[in-house]
Amino acid sequence: MDMPTPDPRVLEKKAAIVAALRAVLPADAVISDEAETRAYECDALTAYKCPPLVAVLPSSTEEVAAALKVCHRMGVPVVPRGSGTSLAGGALPTADCVILGTARLNDVLETDYANRVIRVQSGRTNLSVTGAVEEEDFFYAPDPSSQLACAIAGNIAMNSGGAHCLKYGVTTNNLLGVRMVTMEGEILDIGGAHLDAGGLDLLGLICGSEGQLGVVTEATLRILRKPEGARPVLMGFDSSEVAGACVSDIIKAGVLPVAIEFMDRLCIRVTDEFSGAGYPDCEALLIVEVEGSDTEIDEQLALILDIARQHNPVELREAETGDEAARIWLGRKSAFGAMGRINDYMCLDGTIPVSELPLVLRRIGEMSKEFGLEVGNVFHAGDGNMHPLILFDANKPGDLETCEAFGAEILKLCVEVGGCLTGEHGVGIEKRDLMTHQYAPADLEAQMAVKDVFDPGWLLNPAKVFPLQTSETRRIAAE
Amino acid sequence: MRPETEADLAGMIAGADGPLRICGGGTRAVGTVEGAVLETGGLSGITLYEPGALTLVARAGTPVAEIEAALAAEGQRLAFEPMDHRALLGTDGTPTIGGVAAANVSGPRRIQVGACRDFMLGVQYVDGVGQVVKNGGRVMKNVTGYDLVKLMAGSWGTLGVMTEVSLKVLAIPQAEVTLVHRDQSADEAVQAMTSALGSPYDVSGAAHFDGRTQVRIEGLAGSVDYRVGQLQNGALAGFERVEGEDSAALWTEVRDVTPFAGTSGAVWRVSVKPSDGVGISSALKTAGLSHDVIYDWGGGLLWLLIDGRADGGAQVLRAAVDAVGGHATLVRRGQAMTAEVPVFHPEAAGVAALSTALRAKFDPRGIFNPGLMG
Repeated sequence: MDMPTPDPRVLEKKAAIVAALRAVLPADAVISDEAETRAYECDALTAYKCPPLVAVLPSSTEEVAAALKVCHRMGVPVVPRGSGTSLAGGALPTADCVILGTARLNDVLETDYANRVIRVQSGRTNLSVTGAVEEEDFFYAPDPSSQLACAIAGNIAMNSGGAHCLKYGVTTNNLLGVRMVTMEGEILDIGGAHLDAGGLDLLGLICGSEGQLGVVTEATLRILRKPEGARPVLMGFDSSEVAGACVSDIIKAGVLPVAIEFMDRLCIRVTDEFSGAGYPDCEALLIVEVEGSDTEIDEQLALILDIARQHNPVELREAETGDEAARIWLGRKSAFGAMGRINDYMCLDGTIPVSELPLVLRRIGEMSKEFGLEVGNVFHAGDGNMHPLILFDANKPGDLETCEAFGAEILKLCVEVGGCLTGEHGVGIEKRDLMTHQYAPADLEAQMAVKDVFDPGWLLNPAKVFPLQTSETRRIAAE
Repeated sequence: MRPETEADLAGMIAGADGPLRICGGGTRAVGTVEGAVLETGGLSGITLYEPGALTLVARAGTPVAEIEAALAAEGQRLAFEPMDHRALLGTDGTPTIGGVAAANVSGPRRIQVGACRDFMLGVQYVDGVGQVVKNGGRVMKNVTGYDLVKLMAGSWGTLGVMTEVSLKVLAIPQAEVTLVHRDQSADEAVQAMTSALGSPYDVSGAAHFDGRTQVRIEGLAGSVDYRVGQLQNGALAGFERVEGEDSAALWTEVRDVTPFAGTSGAVWRVSVKPSDGVGISSALKTAGLSHDVIYDWGGGLLWLLIDGRADGGAQVLRAAVDAVGGHATLVRRGQAMTAEVPVFHPEAAGVAALSTALRAKFDPRGIFNPGLMG
């Protein structure tokens, strides 16, 4: 994976940059020692590492603005970082950058149950937003699987999703306002506790812009009253096609499950061995979860099970108790960990139209043979967001490269059938060079023109999202 | 100008030598825009509909009615409940899906399922130099690159002329019930609606006007009965149950703001947080501005009818909104208005500068609906 050559003019003035940052930030908020900056050398895409020049950990919006003003004045690239859980390399540093971490911005600023909103600093973790409101039986809906660790700042940057977004939407559908600092150090308030934009929807533009348009320091988020209960049902099928058709029929029927999760044979076997979830031995497994009171759940599940029976399932298992419900989810929730135990893996994130599921799964199976690497499929079937896990051996020379080539082919296939490269992880560096498969030059030009407006100097996270060659003239002109 | 293909449209824009007034069916125009009319009604037709994937793609000029009919045939709908502006604005013509998208038109169900912008999965548009651009796609989860779909939603034709829109659609639920109270003050109504919206019973509409408070529940029949019962025993004690066409009619009235149809005053659409809604009306009263008000979105969306002021009440209203956070859009000029009043709520300087710069990038010659949004 190519990254731009670090700017020697920035590298050689490290001492001056550190001194300027120390002048505006508390002493312990500026990290320049090489042993310590190493903590920021990568995110959850650990195949790529590079310690930053400096890391800063501001504690307020004003400190973020002060740090950005220094970097802007001195021409230093800035890579914003939430909790560093990006699977796409969104927070990967360059040697000439300042990492701006949101870890110390973790306060709850306001909870407002009457208006069903919470205002938090952006470094707060996703799960602790729910933690702040659950004593009143409220929750924050987007639930990426890293929710214990991941920060709201990163959720906003990547427009994160989660298992339950079939019903509740992704980050952008639950974000009402931000306080943001531009690269020039200007503090802006966009949106608020009210709904929708009065002018151009800049909030919708900022959400998912991968930290390239500004640094979000505060967020106003929609909170919801918790449903009375939830219950999953497990269905086993003897082919992926049939499971896919069942998903389609459930969606058409007018029940909106809160989640529909899919696992294929390899994932079923591996996760079952790992977790002892007691999954059936079959080609494809669905976990469908519905919410409501007991009687409402019974009503929805009766309808869903009727549909499932029309597809000749090899197994239908309804959870009678909380314990059984937990066991149904156990394997799915441990899927990534279980797969990681048998091998290194790369997790993809393409989305496809649900109707193309059988074709795509068949093609992935064929490609698996061509590339000689095994693939497990586990994903959010209700919205077509796939997570093929390609197994490889990091210690075997060439295996990572083969795996990346295989992954690229799968993502191109997702685009070919009408889908996209990434459904919830973001482009980062990982899918950057595939962007030309999804977008024509004019489409990318329109997106880069937006960055020109917010960050004319291309200093914020500049080597991400757009293919390096495509963004090169802008990055160089800006120097 | 009425292009029949996207290529025609691109050519017309590239060749334009002056301002253009962009319209779909011309049923929801706000403000006054000088320019040659460019209408998209010729770019019509549903290009893809997959009920099992909850996805529909249509050319921008496709009539909303055609889309709603196709969806209804499969038991589905546009869940964000777009308003029909014709009665309120006294327009005729055919509302188009492009117009809905360009104005981010969202009705009472917005509080439960999201706005039009939340249902837009992809757009294709022609920018100010005649270049065709696409963004997003037709799948429900997509974070590939910047989300220009949200930017185009509600941009009122100032950034580009949309040629195609992909939408997420949802199934029409089995049952719908509205709980109605016929004699409440606005304060009582907001209290009741807040309590219902903060319950686990998944309210899909909460509105109040003329003493009447109405709260909607939708879903499977048994589930609706259960939730209605729970609400009647708690937050909505004393509310009566209305079903079927009578229930639907209550919401069409709110959605289309029909109580203000045929009047002569200025009509404002105001978004604030629900607990601030009644305060806006009080501030107008304090300033001596008589008005009528329809509360939607649990009290957070106000439709205001203000008559007899040269500025339509803009100064007092916008100051009241600025004091609490939100925005006020002048949807219809009052007949008594003589002052120039911006249609859209003036933005803070930093935000306005970004919006202006974005418009200049997308439409460098400034030919799309000039002056409409600033």
